Order: sequence, then structure tokens, then C-alpha cells
Amino acid sequence: MARNKEKLVLLLDVGPSMHGVLPEVEKLCSMLVEKKLIFSKYDEVGVVAFGTEETNNDLTTEVGGYENITVLQDTKVVDGDLIDTLQKLPRGTLDGDFLDAIVVGMDMLIKKYKDIFKGKKRLCLITNAIHPIKDSLEGSKEDQVTTIAEQMTAQGMKMESIVVRGRLSQDADKRIMDENDHLLSIFSKKTRTRNVYVDSPTSLLGALKTRRVTPVTTFRGHLELSPQMKIKVWVYKKTQEEKFPTLKKYSEKATPTNQFATHQVKVDYEYKSVGDSSTTVIPPEQRIKGYRYGPQVVPISTAEWDAVKFKPEKGVKLLAFTDASKIKRHCFMKDVYLFVAELGNTRATVAVSAIARAMKETNTVAILRCVWRQGQQNVVVGVLTPNISQNDKIPDSFYFNVLPFAEDVREYQFPPFNSFPASWQPNEQQQKAADELVQMLDLAPSGKEETLLPEFTPNPILERFYRHLELKAKQPDAAVPPLDGALKKITEPDPELVSKNKSVFDALHRHFELKPNPKLKKSSRQFYREKQSGSNAHESDGQAVKSIEYQPPVKIEKIGDLTPVQDFEAMMSQRDNPEWVGKAIKEMREKILSLVIHSHEGENYHKVVECIAALRKGCIIEQEPGPYNDLMRQLREYCHGKGIESLPQLLASRDLTLISKSEAEDSDVTYEEARSYFVKMEPNS
Amino acid sequence: MDLDPEDVFKDEEDDPDNEFFQQNEGSKEYVVYLVDASPKMFSTTCPGNDLKDESHFHSTVSCIAESLKTQIINRSYDEVAICFFNTREKKNLQDLNGVFVFNVAEREQLDRPTARLIKEFDCIEESFMREIGSQNGIVPGSRENSLYNALWVAQALLRKGSIKTADKRILLFTNEDDPFGGLQDAAKKDMTRTTLQRAKDAQDLGISIELLPLSRPDSEFNVSVFYADLIGFNGQDLAQFTDSASQKLEDMKDQLRKRMFTKRVIRKIQFHIADGLSIELNTYALIRPTVPGAITWLDSVTNHPLKIERSLICEDTGALIQERPKLFQPYRNENVKFSPDEIADIKRISPGRLCLLGFKPLSCLKDYYNLRPSTFVYPSDQEVVGSTSVFIALHRSMLQRKRFAVAFYGAASHPQLVALVAQDEVTSAGAQVEPPGMHMIYLPYSDDIRDEEEARKYLNTEDDAPRADEDQIQKAAALIKRIYVKDFSTLQFANPALQRHYAVLQALALEEDDIPETIDETAPDEEGLARPAVVKTIEEFKLSVYGDNYDEESDNLGKEKAGEASRKRKAIAENAAKDYDWGKLAEKGQLNNLTVAALKNYLTVNNLPVSGKKEALISRILTHMGK
Repeated sequence: MARNKEKLVLLLDVGPSMHGVLPEVEKLCSMLVEKKLIFSKYDEVGVVAFGTEETNNDLTTEVGGYENITVLQDTKVVDGDLIDTLQKLPRGTLDGDFLDAIVVGMDMLIKKYKDIFKGKKRLCLITNAIHPIKDSLEGSKEDQVTTIAEQMTAQGMKMESIVVRGRLSQDADKRIMDENDHLLSIFSKKTRTRNVYVDSPTSLLGALKTRRVTPVTTFRGHLELSPQMKIKVWVYKKTQEEKFPTLKKYSEKATPTNQFATHQVKVDYEYKSVGDSSTTVIPPEQRIKGYRYGPQVVPISTAEWDAVKFKPEKGVKLLAFTDASKIKRHCFMKDVYLFVAELGNTRATVAVSAIARAMKETNTVAILRCVWRQGQQNVVVGVLTPNISQNDKIPDSFYFNVLPFAEDVREYQFPPFNSFPASWQPNEQQQKAADELVQMLDLAPSGKEETLLPEFTPNPILERFYRHLELKAKQPDAAVPPLDGALKKITEPDPELVSKNKSVFDALHRHFELKPNPKLKKSSRQFYREKQSGSNAHESDGQAVKSIEYQPPVKIEKIGDLTPVQDFEAMMSQRDNPEWVGKAIKEMREKILSLVIHSHEGENYHKVVECIAALRKGCIIEQEPGPYNDLMRQLREYCHGKGIESLPQLLASRDLTLISKSEAEDSDVTYEEARSYFVKMEPNS
Repeated sequence: MDLDPEDVFKDEEDDPDNEFFQQNEGSKEYVVYLVDASPKMFSTTCPGNDLKDESHFHSTVSCIAESLKTQIINRSYDEVAICFFNTREKKNLQDLNGVFVFNVAEREQLDRPTARLIKEFDCIEESFMREIGSQNGIVPGSRENSLYNALWVAQALLRKGSIKTADKRILLFTNEDDPFGGLQDAAKKDMTRTTLQRAKDAQDLGISIELLPLSRPDSEFNVSVFYADLIGFNGQDLAQFTDSASQKLEDMKDQLRKRMFTKRVIRKIQFHIADGLSIELNTYALIRPTVPGAITWLDSVTNHPLKIERSLICEDTGALIQERPKLFQPYRNENVKFSPDEIADIKRISPGRLCLLGFKPLSCLKDYYNLRPSTFVYPSDQEVVGSTSVFIALHRSMLQRKRFAVAFYGAASHPQLVALVAQDEVTSAGAQVEPPGMHMIYLPYSDDIRDEEEARKYLNTEDDAPRADEDQIQKAAALIKRIYVKDFSTLQFANPALQRHYAVLQALALEEDDIPETIDETAPDEEGLARPAVVKTIEEFKLSVYGDNYDEESDNLGKEKAGEASRKRKAIAENAAKDYDWGKLAEKGQLNNLTVAALKNYLTVNNLPVSGKKEALISRILTHMGK
């Protein structure tokens, strides 16, 4: 354990120009510590803020200088207080000097862990680097940085520097930024430093790997081109999914007074015969594994199985090279591996480099057959693609993706699109609208940072879980929080991008029309409801974003033809804006009138009555009798004029008369008047 | 406790999507393979696999055999019957002439495929002429109509089960496009009419009839002569059908194999493109790892299956827990509790919806952005009319502009960021190789990506990382050219472990003594690699990179490093081991007083295994001393 402990110092720029992103920095750093609390509890973390009003660090007391740098927390084993510190970062008042902060951080690590070379020492700098660093007394800034960088490598420290730029930083002097970028790039050349530039709160949250994983090789051995030629390689995982943590089951059986209760639950499995109702448990030695083969179950013992099963020899062998286009991207089956030459083996590195570059030039890929370890029960066939390094210090390598076997592929046939009827084919304008969308809704505009780059995109579910965990540790009954703005950008379109391309979306709406399939029953109409809800959604973007999380997916903003009653009720119950009620009542009135007017021989009357009933109920609840009573009077006029009898009769039979004073205070109708409303009509007709 | 370790081939984790392939009984399929066995099926040939001509009958039978094998692995709940018509012998419940239902012992005529069925069907061709025989059933002058009889028998076989729970199909294999061509006008008319009526009756019962025509080299199978009416095609279908049916002959088997599959939708999702514009998509799992079926535990005495009962026991009190327990995570010296619903809430983000976020050029989709097998999406107008047209428009622009869409897929168990890559239809010789649609590729998040390259940075020297020079790259390119295959297909390898697994099962199921050898198709082509020209280019490349002393390098480097560490460890152990007089301690039986660490030092020095409990260590030491 101890050997793997990590010592980390966070160097956080809290100067005025950083204030805008500090909430994200707080979240990012707390997430880091939260995960450490669960997965690597013995790691030690220190926090240094720079750009603070005060000065408080060892170096300033020892040698002077290093002003405006505050050690918020000396390195210590992670605990809850650390999170509290990180969630309340001070807002600084001065522009900080990141190089000074790096030196302070290094000093902390050196002093505390001088003699312990084992374990990992890491600095993590978060700054916008838009302010100049102080000139050094001797030599240029560059020399100064080089000296520090050499020291850093000598001490075996790693650094991650996250530079917040673009939209997130204010206008700054380009010259100073370039200078700072150049200085930081020296670190990336001379040390194990990863420089990362982010320009949105979302990518800031993903910029730092919050979970430390010790790299383990999947395979060390030969990449066999032929029996005569083998290259020594090591294989690592390049991607591996970070899982949702497995939670333990909690038992509430223990008495509350029992302080030593573990509350753990043991899961017990018992194997019993299916047929008889006896409760005899079959002991393990009397059990045998059976495999299904059609309707039969074939029993086979582990020993027998071992004797006959497929036992491939360990090794990674080249099968062939082929054209890159032969391997479809969607055939990649699993997480990805990285093939690098054996550590420190120069000639293997050159051999890998030669093949990788030749593959790139000829646009070919290699097919390999891999058995990672002896005793593995299956072989893996996959494709090796070149990974040409852009950094001179980093050797070339390969990526390896697993390919499917013949059994894994279902060759379903789908009709080609041109076989569909002409009405399904997009016309010229529709195609143009789609083209515009594909072109304009651009996540990787040239000259700007690519948004939602997987490397910088945090997992919203895990973010939500760990934040909720932290919240619940303090408030056990806290509800699950909705996703915050920065994470929303991962799950929903960026409102900024959408509003910027409003004309594109408008064209899309104009040219494409979606209709529910009339042959389907009402119950399965979920798609269409969604469509209706959005027809005027552009004006209400803000509300839509707010409500999506917890009012499951549909937000009704218009009363449709299909389910007017439900739509009306949904609208009435939308509480985020008082205008909804008025809008709903108005729309419903119009709907009812149009239904009555367009009704052919009373076929809509049933629906009309339902709508009126709903409207009446709604108006009583909202104590708004006016619109309803007006409508009823209007209806009576209409029916009277046209000589329609059936509708008033229907209404009378359902007791849908005027709203009286007894039901709503504001009504000018007495109870008697309401009672006799339709009765009075009859003699007239 | 050993739980059901579905260990063989299983990765560390289960794939939640896999459940879709463990088919349940709810949606099974009943299929009758109706095979024309007329002499014409035997006399017409087409080029087969090894460029040898094979008869149409052979192609058909081997296709069915292959499909049965796939089925017993993947969809063993489906039931099949195999029925030949135009046969000499007859065997069917109605006792109709010219129809022979093939079956094996211990199996109903329409039933799940069994090991025996597969085995006996595999060698049916040897015994076919002897036991079943081929004979044209429709001859002028007789009133026999074998096609009519065959449809009748097939329909009767499919009487089982309700149409609501099962999909019923008749797959008709024939190379005769005009079955009543040889008859007189009146008889022909009459027979055509009754046969079509028979087919229609079957279709009215919810049975679909599908035709798998086999074309002759000289004349194409003309569907419109007779079969278009039988299957109930109209103009549009017909055009499409003939298009795909007029395949080249070499692909015929391939075609048959593909068309025997039915598509299964995993689920319907809505693709949210813009506010108010959500289209309907169906998702399909075209690529998923096939794993051997689940293990069923048996009582080794009776061979009866066992049921597994799971019970939750409170560790503090030993009481049984009935309700669904809460979950907890130890955190900050406390147990933070979650209800299962709360966990579901945390995971719920826009459920069931695929939400478009934007587009990127295809070059942004790196090779290492992959976590799981992709899912295929195809539009549907079933609920929302107009979906397909929106999809086609997007599909077309994405292909043209070489861009992919980034979207968020709110799957219930596993919401994730995905890339949607448009795939144009690819056909090869009339057969669809890649269907048109989009592939949904699951993207990793920042914490899923590792950066091991960074750790390989060359820091301790002034030099850059070693790179190959132009000559070395050229030599490597020459090597690539030598070991190049032009038409590699991802489909060309069968999974050797799976093949072996089922070969063993089949042998055991049939109680055979010998387990047939399976061929590992993934083994490298050693012969090809030993060709002098190949060896020469390899040697040249080797020389350019490694110089003359390649062998030295390959043998020593790795070992030396490992050796160093272990030698060091050994030296320490040796020093430590000197502290004790081992012989004396052993004699007095005092080894037990030493610590395990001390005992291990002795073992390390003497190159003995250091595993096991203390007693094991002591007895190992004693054995080593010869005591």
C-alpha cells in the first residue's frame, strides 16, 4: 500500500481573473479527494492557493519572496476536512505567479518526502496563465524554468498543468499568454508534465483524471512477425471504463444501540433439487456443471472439461497486413489496448516506429492473434493501428482493437434507402436543411478547441453520484441533485450553440413535418406528444432546460388535437411560471370553440364535453370563473343560433353548467341561475 | 462460495446488453425448411467454396445445416422442421405423396434442434438417395401436386403454438421457377389456382412464406412466372426482390445464409434532433460477443437440474432479510446509505432518448475511442411518420461531409456519450455486405482513457525518443507489402474456443467416444511466412533495425532485468538466512518458533516455493533437509 501512496499538491490560482471558474475548480478538486477517500485513502494531498491577499508559506519565512501564496493545507492524508477546505476556496485579490507556486509546491514535497523516493509525487496546477511571472534575478525566465524543470525530474515529480483559456478567461495580453505558454511547454518537454488547455467549465471538470490507476501490463513478450523476427513489446490498456462503484448491501436488523454492528449483509446461495419440494441442500461436491446444447443439458465436470477444452499457447502473432478500409470502425468490440516497445529497449522502439510509420504511409493495418497469458481460454483476434507520436520525446506506438469472430456478427439485411417510396425521400430543400444542420451544429470548429472531446469530458453519472455522496454524508436525507449546468452540456445540446444556429433549426422545422401514425392506438403515442410540446419551444429555452431533469420528458406548451384534456391538465400544473394557467385556459377555450364549429353532425361533441368538464374543473381550482362562464354563454348563443340541441343536452346531463358563486368567489352567477342555465334554453329551441 | 461462474470466455464484467441475446421463450420462432428435392436440384450445379461445382441440393442442405448449428447455440428455443418435397418416399402425418419430413429419434417433427438432428442432417446427403429418393412430383397426366402437398404439410406442422407468441415461417428452397410449366393448360391452371389458394390459406393463418430461389448459370430464376403470386408480392417488392435475387452464383450460399436470419429489434428509441423534432429509431445488435450458454448446475447423482436460492443474511444478527436492502458506501468514517430507487435516480438522465449534441469531422473519432461493441440504428416510420425522411437526409449529409454526430444516449442502465457514424450500403456482387444506417459507438469519458504513452517519455537524456529512419520505414513497408492480404474480412475467423466448446458438447450429447478435432482458423499461416521471398524481406528489415546481433538482444534483455531484481532479493534473503542454524532448529522442532518471513528466507535461498501456510512451509523445509 505504502509503496503506491501518492503525494499530491494542488496549486490553485485564485486571483481575480480566475473567480469565474473557481466553482468548477472547487468541484473538480473535491471530486479528486472524494474518490481518493474511497479508492486510495492513504494518499496525501496538500493545497496551495496563489494570488491571495495574504502570504503564508515556508519559503517566504525562510528565504523571503514568494508573496501572495498561501498554503491552505499542508500535505496530509486525505480526509473530510480537506474537502471542506476545497469547497470554500478563498477568492484572491491579486494576480498570482504560477512559477512561484510551483516552487512552493515542490518545496513542500521535497521537505516532507525527501528521503522517501518510493511513492508518487505529483503537482497539479490550475491557472489561466494570463499574468506575467516575475523576472528572475539571474538569467532569463527560460533559464529559471529550465532549472526548476530539471529539479522536478531529478526529484521524480510529475505535474499536470491545466490552463483555463478561451471563453473562460477575460481578455488578456496575447504576448504574455504566449510567453507563459512557452514557459509551460518547457515543463512538458523536460518533465513528466501534461499540459492541458480547456475553454469550458465542462472540459475543466474533465481535465484532471480524478481516479488514479496504476498501469498494469496485459502482456509482456514478443510481437511475432514471423518465427524469425520478434519484437519485444508491452501491452497496456488504453481505455477502460470506470464503473459505477459497487455498493454494499445494508442490514437494518442490528439494534441501534449496537455500536459494533457492521450492518453488512451476507449473500448465501443454496442449491436445491427442482422437482421435489424437499429442502435438502445439495453439497458442492455433489454438484456438476451442465451446459445447454439445444434442449439437452450436458453434464461435464471441471476436470473433464480441462482435459478437452481449447488451450492456446501464449503469444502475440501477426496474421497479415491489410488495407485500413477493410476494417470497419464499428467492428471494434471492446476497450482498447496500447502496444509499446519494451521499456528501455531502443531497437524494439525503432522497430515499432518503423512499422507504425510504414503502416501510416501505406494506409494499412495489421491483424494479430493474441493470447495474453498462459491458460487463457480463448484467443483474441484484433487490429493493430499506428499511433504516431506528435511529441518528439514520446516514442511511437500502436493501438489494438479486438475484432469480432464470425459467430459474433449478425448479418441482418436492411432495405437500401433508395428502395423506399418517394414520399420518404428528402426533397432538395429538406436535404439542404439537413446539410446546414450537419455543417453548422459544429463541435469542432477550426481554430477553436473541440468541444466534448472524450479526454476532457467527465462522466456525468459518476460526478452526480460522488457529489450526492458528499452531500448525503452531511445531510442524510438530501434528494438527488439535478445535473448542474456544466454537466448538462454533456447530455443536452448547448443552448448557446442552438441559439446561434436558430435559423438552421427554423429551416429544419419548416421543411420536415412529423406526424403520428394514425393507425396506432393512443397509448403508444409518446413520440408525438413530445413533438407538440416543442413547437414553440425556442422562446422558452430557459424553462425547458430547467425542467427536463425532473418533469419527465414531456413539457406541454400547447394544447394539441390528440389529447387536449391531458395537455390542458399538464399545462395547468406547470408551476414554474404563473402565465401557464392563463395560457392554458385561453388555449382550451379556443380549442373547444374550434371543435364545436368544425364538428360535423355532432361527431366531436363527446370530446367537447370532456374538454369543457376539464376546463370547468380547472377554472374552479384556479378560482377563475370568468373565462369559463363567458365561453358557456357564447356556446349557448351559438347553439341557439344554429339550432343545435344535442350539445346543450349533453352538457346538462353532465351537470356542466355555469360556475356559480358558491363554487368560485368571483363569479357573478347565483346558484339558482347556474342550475337553470340549460333548462331555460329548452323552451327557446 | 463458488457462484455460477460463467467463466469460460467471459470477460471481467458482464455486458448489460448481452441479455438481449439470451433469448427468452416469449418471442420464439417456428420455421419449416421446405426443400425441393427434384432431380433438377441435383443436376444443376454452381461453383461452390473450393471452386468445385456443387449441386443446388448440396448448397441448400449445407446452408440449413449451418443455420441449425448457429441456432442451437444462439436461439435454441426456436423450433424447426425439415421437409423435402418431390421425393420418392413419403413420410408425413397426412400421408401425402412426394413429401418427406425429416426427423430423428426423441424429437417431435417441429421441435427445438437437438444434437442428433444436427448430426444426422449433416450426413443426409449420403443416405438421401437410398432412403428418401428424388422424384418429380408434378408430372403430366397425374393429379399429384407435390408443391401443394408440401405447403399443406408445412402448414400442418406450424399448427402448434399461438401466432401471438411465435413467429411462423416457411422457407422454401427451389430452383424451379415454373413448377407447373410442363403441364397442359387446363391442368396447369387448376393446379396453379389450388396451390396459390393453399399458400394464401397459410398466410391467412399468420404464416409467412419466404422464397429462397437458386438460379441456374444459364437462366435466372424468374420470380414473376409463378412465385410472385404465391408469396404475395406487388410491383415494388418484386423489383426489390429480383434485384437482390439476381445475385452472382458464387455468392448464392452466402445469400441464403443471410436471408435465413430474422432481424430482432433491441429497442425503440427516440432521436431528439431539435426541440419538437424527435424521430423514431430502432436499435439492433449486429455485433455482440457470442458466449457459450449459461451453466446449469446439476445434481451429479441424478443429473437433475438444481435451482439456486439466494438468501440475504444479516451479518450482525444472522436474521434473514426479506425486503430489498438499502445499499451503502463507507465514506468519511460513516456509512452513507442509498435506496435502490435513489441509485436509479442518479443514473437516470433523459431516459430512452438519444439526444443530438452536434457534429464533428470523422478524423476526430480516434481509434481508441471505444469501450463496447457498437449498436446499429435504423429509422422506422411505425409511430412517427416522417422519421425515415429526416434520417435519410442526415445520413446523406453526414456521409457526404465525412462527419459523425455526437449524441447522448440515455439508456436506463448505462447512459453514455455516443458517436453516430453513418454507414452507406455496401454491396458485393448483389449481396448486402454492410447495411445502410448508423452505428452507435460508445465513447469513453476522461477517466476511462489512460495515458501510458506519457509515462514513456524520454527524459533522462537530451535525445528525443528513438525513431525509425527513412530506410527502416521503407524496409518495413516492403515487409507489409509481402505479408499483405487483399480481401480480409472480419468474418473469416470462427471463434476456435467456441467451436471447440460446441464440438465437445455435441460429442458428449451424442455419447460419442471421440471428440472431433476442430480447426483453429486463427493460427498464422506458417507456410506462407516461410516462403523465401517473405523470409528475405523480413531478414532485411531485421538487419536494418537490429543490425547483426539480433539474437543476442532477443534472448538477454528481458531476462537480465528480471534477473537483477530477483538476484537482489535472493542476496538479502541469503544474508538473513545466515542468522539461524537451520539444522539445529529443525532437529529440536523449533522451526515453529520462527516467523513466516524468516522461514521464507530459507526457502528463497534454496529455490523452493514460498507459498502456503506456516505448517506447509515448515514441512517443506524439513523435506528439503531430508528429515
